[in-house]
Amino acid sequence: MFDPVLLKNIDLPDSHLLSTYEAGGGYRALAKVLREHTPDEVIELVKQSNLRGRGGAGFPTGMKWSFVPKRADKEKYLCCNADEGEPGTFKDRIIMERDPHQLVEGLAVSGYAIGARTAYVYVRGEYVTAIRRLEQAIAEAHAKGYLGTGILGSDFDFTIHIHCGAGAYICGEETAMLESLEGKRAQPRLKPPFPAVAGLYASPTVINNVETLACVPHIVMRGSEWFRDIGPDKSPGPKLYCVSGQVRRPGLYELPMGIPLRELVEEHAGGALPGRRIKAVIPGGVSAPVIPASGLEVGMDFDSLAAAGSMLGSAGVVVIDDTTCMVKVATRIVEFFHHESCGKCTPCREGLNWAVKVMRRIEAGEGAPGDLEQLDMLCKGIFGNTFCALGDGAAMGLRAALKHFRDEFAAHVEERRCPFH
Amino acid sequence: MGMREQIETAAARYPDRRSAIMPALLIAQQAHGHLPGPVLEEVADILGVERIWVYELATFYTLFHTEPVGRFHLQLCDNLSCMLCGAERLLAHMETVLGIGKGETTADGLFTLSTVECLGACEMAPVMQVGDHYHGNLNIARVDELLDRLR
Ligand SMILES: NC(=O)C1=CN([C@@H]2O[C@H](COP(=O)(O)OP(=O)(O)OC[C@H]3O[C@@H](n4cnc5c(N)ncnc54)[C@H](O)[C@@H]3O)[C@@H](O)[C@H]2O)C=CC1
Ligand SMILES: Cc1cc2nc3c(=O)[nH]c(=O)nc-3n(C[C@H](O)[C@H](O)[C@H](O)COP(=O)(O)O)c2cc1C
Ligand code: SF4
Ligand code: FES
Repeated sequence: MFDPVLLKNIDLPDSHLLSTYEAGGGYRALAKVLREHTPDEVIELVKQSNLRGRGGAGFPTGMKWSFVPKRADKEKYLCCNADEGEPGTFKDRIIMERDPHQLVEGLAVSGYAIGARTAYVYVRGEYVTAIRRLEQAIAEAHAKGYLGTGILGSDFDFTIHIHCGAGAYICGEETAMLESLEGKRAQPRLKPPFPAVAGLYASPTVINNVETLACVPHIVMRGSEWFRDIGPDKSPGPKLYCVSGQVRRPGLYELPMGIPLRELVEEHAGGALPGRRIKAVIPGGVSAPVIPASGLEVGMDFDSLAAAGSMLGSAGVVVIDDTTCMVKVATRIVEFFHHESCGKCTPCREGLNWAVKVMRRIEAGEGAPGDLEQLDMLCKGIFGNTFCALGDGAAMGLRAALKHFRDEFAAHVEERRCPFH
Repeated sequence: MGMREQIETAAARYPDRRSAIMPALLIAQQAHGHLPGPVLEEVADILGVERIWVYELATFYTLFHTEPVGRFHLQLCDNLSCMLCGAERLLAHMETVLGIGKGETTADGLFTLSTVECLGACEMAPVMQVGDHYHGNLNIARVDELLDRLR
């Protein structure tokens, strides 16, 4: 059995309160770094741990922090990405609702490391309970001297503000999030410069996902080697997996990085519903290419999934069984991206609009010969030609569905109906 | 606290008042139910920012409503995990029971029915948000029960 790290408190009564968090050893990591470590030592520790970003791209966290210029005269910001819009993903919500102090402590330690005095947590507006719990946690931490000025007798000052999103998936893209924080329409910026160099109000800014930040206090307390020893060396650590869809026990599972997808879905989440068979699994939110049932041995870590032609992404694992039409699944995914496209660049805005039209036609049994080739062409036109990764994610997902389930698409066109209806 | 004071408190969190437009719109929407033109202008005036900046955000984000919505806004998620767990049937059922299509409001102004993208609660799919609350693991019986309770 794997002993939970990030989820160790969530089933305790009043798990969201400071008293519960402190009873489990909470805020000792913050006290430890303030007493024993320089900011650079904390960055080095996180580098050594090989922690990689849990927001989906898997960028090494310590390395990102080390890109922040050391100049003292410029304000630096820490932003927490709690926008969690990727369909199939709900891990950050559960951390914020059930153990918000873990995030608060992670923010304080990370803020200390990069030299920030202010943090903004960008939470999607729908997460009302999470927002309230986080507000309460921040207030409790202030009252106890874990936030504010001269924290725990040190000369470290740190404040956390919550910024509520208002329902746009694109705000999860980090530069769109910065635009949104500055009060503008959330459209991505060109990178480079990366936010670590020029981010919020053109100041050096580190943006990290909720789960990434939640890992940090544990690394401080237990050491980088402990962390690196969990799962694959290059993609290590405890990991939250969100399992949903057509599966017996949907839910949030904390297990080592790298566990086989099959073990996660069949053993932990109980496998297919009675009388059904798993047809496919999307391993990392709908941006991640679908994996057919034959590919479930793959390890759930950044590198193994990339090698298998998919991605770990947000670890939103969506299970699809044999009663479901893959054309319908793919259509719904492309509709989502089309709806959320910010409209800034043509391949994404127009390409997805076109793809949705063709796919709806195929799903309705009105597909024409040549439609599949047209979709192939659209994927090619979109992929690699868009301003941000939203367009790429859409194209990669569609391409994988067309590759692995081409016979289902073809059957719709040939039979002029959906074989599942 | 009045709306102006609440907006001032929000604005104090940022070095630039433009950043407070989103929080101010949320505050204004809480106070007025939705965001008609004069409210947008008031927000711009309180913050001392360009009106166009405020209009721009009020129309960009789906949680801001420039038109009135019913007393209970039924927001059914129909993204992938909810779809796989039967959201379509629930939508069809609610359309029949309420006598409205999605995007519409009942004549008595009680319910507005919408479909929304993933609510980030797929472990309890299918899910519907009503006001501040998430209602998960829905089926037709539970939806009927919920609607009865709200009426
Ligand atoms: N959690 C969620 O709800 C969602 C997650 N995603 C994930 O987002 C991923 C794409 O995210 P992006 O931010 O576009 O990826 P990216 O690879 O451009 O950046 C990842 C992180 O590393 C930093 N970075 C990369 N190169 C850098 C450099 N040379 N110097 C300094 N910093 C550098 C970036 O600033 C960013 O913080 C996808 O893989 C997808 O899985 C997508 C949608 C939703
Ligand atoms: C369209 C789009 C949406 C994204 N949404 C999120 C999100 O909701 N949460 C998140 O943490 N990262 C999201 N990301 C990834 C962020 O841009 C960024 O890589 C991440 O917040 C960095 O944090 P990390 O290094 O801790 O993973 C998104 C990326 C794209 C392209
Ligand atoms: S790829 Fe899509 S979401 Fe990203 S900038 Fe272009 S239009 Fe906007
Ligand atoms: S798909 Fe409905 S809550 Fe995620």
